[in-house]
Amino acid sequence: MDATSGTSSTALIPPEPAVAGVRATNLKAGPWWRSRTERKNMRLGLLFISPWIVGFLGLTLYPLYRTFYLSFTRFGGFLDAEWIGWANFDRLLGDDLFFKSLYNTFYYTLLAVPIGVVVAMMLALAMDQSLPEIPLYRTILYLPSILPLFATAFIFMTLLDPQQGLVNDMLPAIGLNPPNWFGDARYAKIAIVGMAQFGAGQMALVFLAGLKGIDTSLYEAAEIDGAGVLNRFFKITLPLMTPVILYSLILGISSGLQVFTQSFIITNGGPANSTNFLVFNLYRNAFNYSNQMGYASAMGVILFLITVALAGLVFFTSNKWVNYD
Amino acid sequence: MATITAAQQQEIALRQGDAGRARRDRRVRFVRQQVVPRIFLIIMCLIFVMPFYWMVTQALKSNEELVRYPPTWFVHDPQWGNFQEATEKIPFWKFARNTITVTAAVVIGSLISNPIIAYGFSRVNWPGRDKVFMVVLATVFMPFPAILVAYVDTWKRISDVSRKDLGINLFGLSIPLPDLPNVGIGTFGPLVIPAFLGSAFFIFLLRQFMMQIPLDLSDAARMDGANEWQIFSGIVMPLTKPALGVIAILSGLAAWNDFLGPLIFLLKESLYTLAIGLTFFQSQADRDIKFNLMMAASVLVVLPVVAIFLFFQRYFISGMTVGSIKG
Repeated sequence: MDATSGTSSTALIPPEPAVAGVRATNLKAGPWWRSRTERKNMRLGLLFISPWIVGFLGLTLYPLYRTFYLSFTRFGGFLDAEWIGWANFDRLLGDDLFFKSLYNTFYYTLLAVPIGVVVAMMLALAMDQSLPEIPLYRTILYLPSILPLFATAFIFMTLLDPQQGLVNDMLPAIGLNPPNWFGDARYAKIAIVGMAQFGAGQMALVFLAGLKGIDTSLYEAAEIDGAGVLNRFFKITLPLMTPVILYSLILGISSGLQVFTQSFIITNGGPANSTNFLVFNLYRNAFNYSNQMGYASAMGVILFLITVALAGLVFFTSNKWVNYD
Repeated sequence: MATITAAQQQEIALRQGDAGRARRDRRVRFVRQQVVPRIFLIIMCLIFVMPFYWMVTQALKSNEELVRYPPTWFVHDPQWGNFQEATEKIPFWKFARNTITVTAAVVIGSLISNPIIAYGFSRVNWPGRDKVFMVVLATVFMPFPAILVAYVDTWKRISDVSRKDLGINLFGLSIPLPDLPNVGIGTFGPLVIPAFLGSAFFIFLLRQFMMQIPLDLSDAARMDGANEWQIFSGIVMPLTKPALGVIAILSGLAAWNDFLGPLIFLLKESLYTLAIGLTFFQSQADRDIKFNLMMAASVLVVLPVVAIFLFFQRYFISGMTVGSIKG
């Protein structure tokens, strides 16, 4: 495109790339391998992403395939895996501890994820006000999110200790009976759900970024029409935040189903297997018991399928409740 | 902006000739926008600070004060020597060195691999690129523990390769090949090597960033005869510096905080990281956990993370909120 022809008509025509290089697109007919530039781009593209290809094939796809394969075998890690058909899955169906760990995992996920969304949303709404000291709140609220989970676990062991813990020392003051958190099967999961809420600051910042993106004129118009605070929240804020909420739900479900470290460090699955989560159960079978790696893989297959199913469910029902305007 | 709305609303009310209502509105507004959020945030901040406060408090308590009932909220007699004692009770500095080694290697690996991969997904237009990128995105939600057994087995196979006598047998004359270094299970390899192969979230983050750089810059350089690698390293890489900061911080944090990885792969004590080292305080035979020493060691582990967070806060926050773009 030479500069002399720069009239109004040329502005409407997309300029041709000056050099037929990487930018060329598949506008012309024919498969990509017919064109020299396309072939070159293919080669270059694959070359640049080759580290990812190696990692994906070697450390994701192959282990995933092998998880499915091992789930049909008896395997101890050293000798060759012995094919036993559906035996591991048959055993899962009759294994009360497996169903218990599945129940615990769902209990945790279904409690921790929605509570987390509500807490994060409340924090975000509060931080959306124009207070001068917001950066300070933001720093403090985000801080627990960067703590390693193992350190948080150690801290909560002492924080919730019935003897030396701060929490149980406070509870009688507000008229509550202090439970033996990690020592009582009724409370251990609740305590772990509560622990998870200290990570809410991170999601709150994601929500806050979403709130900042909402056009304030919408609120002003609604206010002039006499809409109250709750009305404005449910009619404007919530619908516009649904994409962000979808993102946090998928992320929360996927990580909630993987809950492990807390019970590994604090309760060792107890008391009475009340914190024996699916991944904890899987870990035990894989590394603490001998010759149960195939059985652990069968649990892995179940975890994989549940994650895919739940993420798919959230994703495919999302057009019913997510607003993509 | 909220105050402007308040002023407008007040003005409307005033114009309606209802001064009393305007004053009341202003008060309601003040409570709703200044008082309630502030009280809520202060309470939440107190709750969120509590674990940190308790960690430090417990770390400084003497053995007697630790078991006193009811617990003391403020340390009567701070035992600064607890920190020293905690680092001697377990081989703390050796574990710290291991943790730093792994973290540094992971940061370097992430800074090398992710920009290269993201470049291939954003600045080179190859057929099928965006379909393959969907696969990258899908792996973000891959539940790692689901493939745990096979993953560990994969790394075991990798270390088996290094143990095999590799040699070429040529007409009865065997030529030994040099032994390959073991990078599989029982080494830092499984914790470090994946960083050199890219991570889906960082690829996504950098791709977003690189797509915003005008393609004209690349075309101009191409016209000047630069090859693709020169365009990548000379033009695109320098422009992605802010995103690289985010990746350095987040990958370092993940490596420093990792628990499951070191737990399954570092089979000998000489390789343990602090995450595993700290559980030593638990496994004391007498079941009597010295919480003050455990908390003192935790403070030492957490302190660098908190310091880096306070210095580079915006990197943490921009890295965390970028995910919402995806929606």
